[in-house]
Amino acid sequence: MLHIVNKSHRQTTSLASCLRLAQDGHALLLIEDGVYAATTAGAASAGLAEALARLKVYVLRPDLEARGVAAALAEGVTAVDYTGFVDLVAEHTNNQTWL
Amino acid sequence: MKKFMFVNRKAPYGTIYALESLEVVLIAATFDQDVSLVFLDDGVYELAKGQDTQGIGIKNHSKTYRALDGYDVEKLYVERESMQARGLSEDDLIVDVEVLSSVEMAALMAEQDVVLSF
Repeated sequence: MLHIVNKSHRQTTSLASCLRLAQDGHALLLIEDGVYAATTAGAASAGLAEALARLKVYVLRPDLEARGVAAALAEGVTAVDYTGFVDLVAEHTNNQTWL
Repeated sequence: MKKFMFVNRKAPYGTIYALESLEVVLIAATFDQDVSLVFLDDGVYELAKGQDTQGIGIKNHSKTYRALDGYDVEKLYVERESMQARGLSEDDLIVDVEVLSSVEMAALMAEQDVVLSF
């Protein structure tokens, strides 16, 4: 299953709830304001290390770049472009966007 | 028939999400799909008994949850952790639900064909 989070982990509980309900081996894609969780400054408060230990974590690069944080991408997170986004959706049997 | 899960994570009147979710649930039920509703986080407040919206001039849609039965929508699930964190128990809810742990909820979610978030 692919989980998509588009809210800052400091603003809403979307990421926390997603991590509580995502099963081991699932994929997580951070987009829009969700990308802050994939930066070195956001990783600790977002619980990124625990997420990386059991999930595949992706981030949408254009959203990192738009926010000026592309250089601060945390280790272990895979940046993808829009084509990669589409591939992720196509590869997984189901997906959920955590509003 | 596909498995549709509606995930409700918002309190009832601060945003339009709760009402919109109900509308879409009723549409999906009309098309004879396997529909389940999940209440997580502040979404559990949607099911709280005793809602009285007279003072805020918004329709009280909580009674609609009781009508879901008539549309063969009988799978309502509440996450125990979310409910307990808000000081609620099954007795405080307007309809009968199945209370699941996070782990059970995660398994149920993973087996769906379509998951819609509200």
